[in-house]
This record gives sequence, C-alpha cells and structure tokens, in this order.
Amino acid sequence: MIKFEEVSKKFAEITALDKISFEIKDGEMVFLTGPSGAGKTTLIKLILKELEPTTGKISINGLDLSKIKRKHLYALRRKIGVVFQDFKLLNDRTVRENVALALEVTGLDRKKVTKEVEEILEMVGLFERADLFPSQLAGGELQRACLARAIVPSPEILIADEPTGNLDVATAWQIFSLLQEVNRAGKTVLVTTHNFEIVDSLKIRVIELDHGKLVRDEEKGQYKVK
Amino acid sequence: MRKILSTSWHYIRRSPYQALAAIAVMTLTLFISAVFVLLAAGSEKILSYFEEKPQVIAFFKDDVTKQEVDALTLRLLASGKAAAAKYVSKEQALEIYQDQNRDDPLLLEMVSAEILPASLEVSAKEIGFLGEIADILRSDSKVEEVNFQEDVVQILQKITTGIREGGLIIISFLISISFLVILVIISMKAASRRREIKIVQLIGATAAYIRGPFLVEGIFYGLVGALLSWALVYGLLWYATPTLKTYLEGIPLLPVSLGVMLVLLGGLALVGIIIGSLGAFLAVKRYLR
Repeated sequence: MIKFEEVSKKFAEITALDKISFEIKDGEMVFLTGPSGAGKTTLIKLILKELEPTTGKISINGLDLSKIKRKHLYALRRKIGVVFQDFKLLNDRTVRENVALALEVTGLDRKKVTKEVEEILEMVGLFERADLFPSQLAGGELQRACLARAIVPSPEILIADEPTGNLDVATAWQIFSLLQEVNRAGKTVLVTTHNFEIVDSLKIRVIELDHGKLVRDEEKGQYKVK
Repeated sequence: MRKILSTSWHYIRRSPYQALAAIAVMTLTLFISAVFVLLAAGSEKILSYFEEKPQVIAFFKDDVTKQEVDALTLRLLASGKAAAAKYVSKEQALEIYQDQNRDDPLLLEMVSAEILPASLEVSAKEIGFLGEIADILRSDSKVEEVNFQEDVVQILQKITTGIREGGLIIISFLISISFLVILVIISMKAASRRREIKIVQLIGATAAYIRGPFLVEGIFYGLVGALLSWALVYGLLWYATPTLKTYLEGIPLLPVSLGVMLVLLGGLALVGIIIGSLGAFLAVKRYLR
C-alpha cells in the first residue's frame, strides 16, 4: 500500500507538490495524470526516496519512508520496479544484460538469472532482440526492455512514468496490456500518462495533479476527460 | 564475487593507460619502500654485529695480578654498563698472535709472551656506555692503555638512524602520492560511470555491490605493484650480492634468505592492498551519497 499524507515538496520558491494525500491499495492499478510540470515525476521520485518531502509523511506497506536509512534504501527499491520515462538503460549492455542487472544486484544465482531473464523477455516479446544494444532498438522495444527490467525481480509495486510517451497508438496499447497483465498478477501498478484516450478507455482509478495540487481522485470507471 | 571480478576486469581493460599509470606509481613507491626496508634491516644487522663484538680493550701493565683483574671485572659488571668481560692472558695473547701470523715465521720468532700485554676485552650493554666503561678502565692504576671503537659504532648508529628516519619520510611521501594517484584514477572512472551507478542504485543495488568492482580494481593495482617491486628488488639484490659480500666480509648478512624475501613480499602486498582499497573506497564514496 502506498500512502501520502499531506505531502509537500518545494524546490526553493517553487512548490512542486502541495499537501497531497491519497492511498493506493495493494493490487490496485492507478493512473496518475496531469499536464507537464504538475508534479507527477516528483511524486515518483518521492516514492523511490530519490527526493525527501519538505513536509508530510509517505509510507509504503506501512513503512514510514523517512525512517529508512540511506544504507537500507536498496531494500525499498527492490520492492518497487520502475519503468523510467527516459528508460535509464545502460547503453554498453545488451537488452539481456540490462534486464539481468535487476536480478544480479539482488545476488541471485547465475543460472536462475539466465532462466528468469529469458522468461520475462519472452513475456514482453523481446526474446529475439535480447542480444541487441539499446541504440539498436525502436521506441516501443526500449519501453518493453525497461518494463522487463522493472518486473523481472517480481516487485510488489510497479511504477511506469509516461510509458507511452512517444509511441504510436498500437504500441502504446501493447504496453498498457502488459501493465494490466502485471496488475492481474497481483501487483500494485501506478502509471503516469498524458494519454487520455487510454485513460478513458481502461476505466480504472485516476489521480489528477495540476500545479502540484491533487485536483481529482476518481474511482474506477468514474473518470471523464474534461 | 565472480560478477564483481569480471566487472572490475572490464573497468581495467576499458582504460589501460590509467591502469598502467596506477601500477607504475604503485610499483615505484613499493620498490623504494622495499629498498629502504632492506637498507634499514641490513644496517641494523651490521650495527648489532659490531655491538656484539668486544668494543673496549684494556691492556694491563706487566705486574698486574689475577686478583686485580678479577676485581676490575667485578667493578665493570657491577656498574651495569658492561655486558661481558673476557680476560686474555699474555700466553693467550701469544696464541692469538701466532694464529694470526702463522704464515710468517719471521714475525713468530720475534715475539714471545713476555712482550705481549695481558688484556681485558669488554663489550657494552649499549653503545652509549662505551665512554663510561673506558673511563672506569682508565681509572684503574694497573691499566696501561684503553682502545675502543666508539667512532665506528657511533657512525654506524648515525647511518642506521638516518636510513630509518629518512626512509620513513620518503616512504610516507611516496605512499601519500600513490594513494592520491589511485584516488584520482578511480574517481575519474567512477565519474565516467556516474549514470550507471545512479541506475543500479535505483534498481536496488547495495553500496557494496557498487563499490565492489572499484575496490577490486584498487587492490589489483596494489598487488601488481607489490609483485613487480618485489621482483625488481630481488633482481637487484641478486645482482649486487657478490659485490656487497666483499665489502661486508665476516658479517652474516648476505645472501638474504628466501624466507626474509617472502616476508617482504607479504609486507609489500599488504601495503599495496591498503593503499589501493582505501583510495578506491574514498573515490567511490561521494558517488554513493
């Protein structure tokens, strides 16, 4: 469960998030929408403890993030898989190596790493592209590689930051199908997106931010694009 | 561990000139350190060789009696300054003389026990006591003359202290430079991998996972430097041993045993590992904040 209680984040004079409160239950899938600069990426960085809130409390599965020491941060991050907006793939490693990295950092046995990586690449449809480097992949493939890396360690929470940013409609739908599949497997999924067409169609819970404020929190099926 | 080792080897191979510079500086530092350690240990051994030998010899007048010699010996030992005192009678002095000149019959014919003086050979507990022992001997009315090698021993002592202190300063300076070179080289590598470090942190890598390859790299430079410097020192010593032996005749110093050289290798490896790992640890620390 992800819980924000009166969370604010300020960068000097700029308020990125202003007293945000919401709760995402285990196994829930939620869209986080809002225009550029609304505070979506800041919110994700707060969940990953890349940033500290100026005020307020964030907890994940009942654990207050402010209580986690820097040296124990890795344990929190292993619970959260992230599909980054800029992918954050290592350019000097192949797709297979990039995906394997998420398991190698946990110290998993080499054979198990190989097996699980192959399974996940098969699932996201990148098995044939496993030995290519990121620079040799198309946008949708990069997104899927990033998704594979995020879900291969079987995290409790999956966060996808603008996963359909520059993708065509068909590829965007493929990505959302994969995210839904992950959610059906019992994972909590939080997706930030501008793609209102998909938001409208999927009829899931939507949290909308604007200028750092939470302006709407619509339950499943209630959201209508204004 | 296998992954850390392969990543570390990958880092080293990616920038061979930086690796060469690190190994060269480490080798130079450890080579000079090893030379000073061997010089300090060798001069210490030469000094103790001289310290163990009788350092003050008192020659008696002809009318000295055994009781007077014994009384003087007791006085010396009771002073706490003398480690040992050995009486050499006229007859023993003749035997020594004959032994030293056995190849020259002319010299042997000319000398009898009568013309050789009896003597007392005294060794000091510490070199600093030599003057006081000489004074005690001179104050005895039956002592004709006192000889002692104060100058030789004092010069040796000064050389030994000089090597030890000078060596310590030079070694400290070189170790600091090596440490800084390793720190700078590994900092540059960590800086060029800043993005990678950030990404693996975000996907849940521990500090140890990130630090591991850099630490192994630092240790690698230390170990290779230790091995190369040791081989250089061993080669140099092997080459110089025949020449040095002629200068150090009678002093049981050369050749240096393999056991001593292995201890030296262990010491060099330890110093190299400490410099390499500490440099790497501090270099990566700021990228883990």
